[in-house]
Amino acid sequence: MKNVSVEELERQSIELRKKVISMIHKAKSGHPGGSLSAADFVTALYFREMNLDPKNPKWEDRDRFVLSKGHVCPVQYAALATLGFFDEAVLDTLRQEGSILQGHPDMKKCPGIDISTGSLGQGLACGVGMGIAAKKDNRDYRVFVVVGDGECQEGEIWEAAQTAHKYELDNLVVFVDNNNLQLDGTTDEVMPNINLGEKFKAFGFDTYEIDGHDMKQIVDTLDRIRMRKNGKPKCIFANTVKGKGVSFMENQCGWHGVAPNDEQYEQAMNELDAQLRKLDLRKSA
Amino acid sequence: MNEVKKATRDGFGEEIVKLGKLDNDIYVVDVDIGKSCKTGEFRKELPKQYLNVGIAEQNAAGVAAGLATCGKVPFVVTYAVFGSLRMCEMIRQEICYPKLNVKIACSHGGVTPANDGASHQSIEDMGVLRTIPNMTVLMPADYNSAKKLVKAAAEYEGPVYLRFTRDAIPVVYPEDTEFEIGKANKLKDGKDVSIIANGDTVCIAMKAAEQLEAQGISVKLFDMHTIKPLDADAVMECVNETGRIITVEDHNIMNGLGSAVSEVAAETGKCIVKRIGIQDQFGQSAPYERLLEMNGITVENIVDTAKALVA
Repeated sequence: MKNVSVEELERQSIELRKKVISMIHKAKSGHPGGSLSAADFVTALYFREMNLDPKNPKWEDRDRFVLSKGHVCPVQYAALATLGFFDEAVLDTLRQEGSILQGHPDMKKCPGIDISTGSLGQGLACGVGMGIAAKKDNRDYRVFVVVGDGECQEGEIWEAAQTAHKYELDNLVVFVDNNNLQLDGTTDEVMPNINLGEKFKAFGFDTYEIDGHDMKQIVDTLDRIRMRKNGKPKCIFANTVKGKGVSFMENQCGWHGVAPNDEQYEQAMNELDAQLRKLDLRKSA
Repeated sequence: MNEVKKATRDGFGEEIVKLGKLDNDIYVVDVDIGKSCKTGEFRKELPKQYLNVGIAEQNAAGVAAGLATCGKVPFVVTYAVFGSLRMCEMIRQEICYPKLNVKIACSHGGVTPANDGASHQSIEDMGVLRTIPNMTVLMPADYNSAKKLVKAAAEYEGPVYLRFTRDAIPVVYPEDTEFEIGKANKLKDGKDVSIIANGDTVCIAMKAAEQLEAQGISVKLFDMHTIKPLDADAVMECVNETGRIITVEDHNIMNGLGSAVSEVAAETGKCIVKRIGIQDQFGQSAPYERLLEMNGITVENIVDTAKALVA
């Protein structure tokens, strides 16, 4: 854990959003919607919560990060580059031939990726395996897994959840990015996720429902659970807005997997810059 | 000679305990059929290295992948039909794509779970997994080679699929025979026709070779325990020295050993290949020998096929 203020994290999350938009615009493909909905808690994890060493990405005692909704990797790549896992210029190579920044995270190509993902529903089981390894080896690292709400329609998520309970993985923290949208429409239209947070609770998780864009709530919740070694896995059920931070992308299912054109890119960057200026004003006031 | 019969799943069950005691990073991940897959001893002797994740194979593959990223060498243990098809895409995405050190060790290969019927008889598994990059696919021919190949799989760094028999099959190798992944074992040299078999069909092919020799037909015989990476040198030897190959497998004739051998042989333009195996049809509850018969996996059919080829 690093001592970083909520304000600094808020600023960082906007910087990450700018990098996300810029990468996807340059690549002319990628998934902006979910990258933006996850941006705030991803920021809190990478810049405050997780114990990592960018100079030694395979450090055995590092906290693990599993992006089960692997298609939103631009936000993870932006965080890794900012922290120095690789040069920021590499962000311009997203989805290009030969790039370490594949369309979905590749642990063998990109430093800082703990497991290759991209096929939905599979990351939580991998995180459970990592959590079990930590317990077996008496190591203190924790495992943070990000799953999408749509992704929870996959049965394997629940197989993994019951395993987390059985092996008392209080070192496992699952973030549900509850943005209510998936590729084909709203989750209610496609497949209603009835009481999703309650389901995690029923599977034996300590569950905390938060506003996934309220940095203070994110940080406070992480503070609360950090030392909670009670034998129960944790679920932070984060209510989010898909496309958060770019007005015309917010709550638009159409922005799941589409890149902005030049004009949209300009507008998005202007909006995010305006948010940064607003933070500055708040600070100087 | 008195024929000793043992199931190859027993060879796995015994060897994995030995390996686990030597290396505490070796784990078993069971999915509630551990008793049947012979991990009972491991569970008892090495509880710290043992997990049972319930009837949830997809999750087992993911958990194993996660363990492997932390330096463990997990063996996911189940039946062949589940360990290949039920968790196929998890094997592809989380194990083979990142080339993690996970082993999938499966009992009930081929039609050996005979009385269980078609749902449990695994006739597509080796073929399906053979097409995934980074995967190694093997089936030992008997109890002794099973032990050796389990050890070889544990020592190899990367994904391996191992297939064992549910039922007892003849022990064909002396205990001290050595085996190497990807290196076919030559059981007999000959010049008229080659037989390439694997798994539980090796003992059948051996009997056929004996009969053929008695009838004046010289047979080269290989145990191709690894179908991926295939020992192409062994196949080329058959092509160059006999020009006629018969493959025998307890697996669909599509995509398994016969296909793998044909792929190499066809590109030479110098060899004819006849495939004996499951005739692209589901099985049923029946005695093991009857199921083999229904598909022509018999000493007689191998002998007749060889004679027709040589004529």
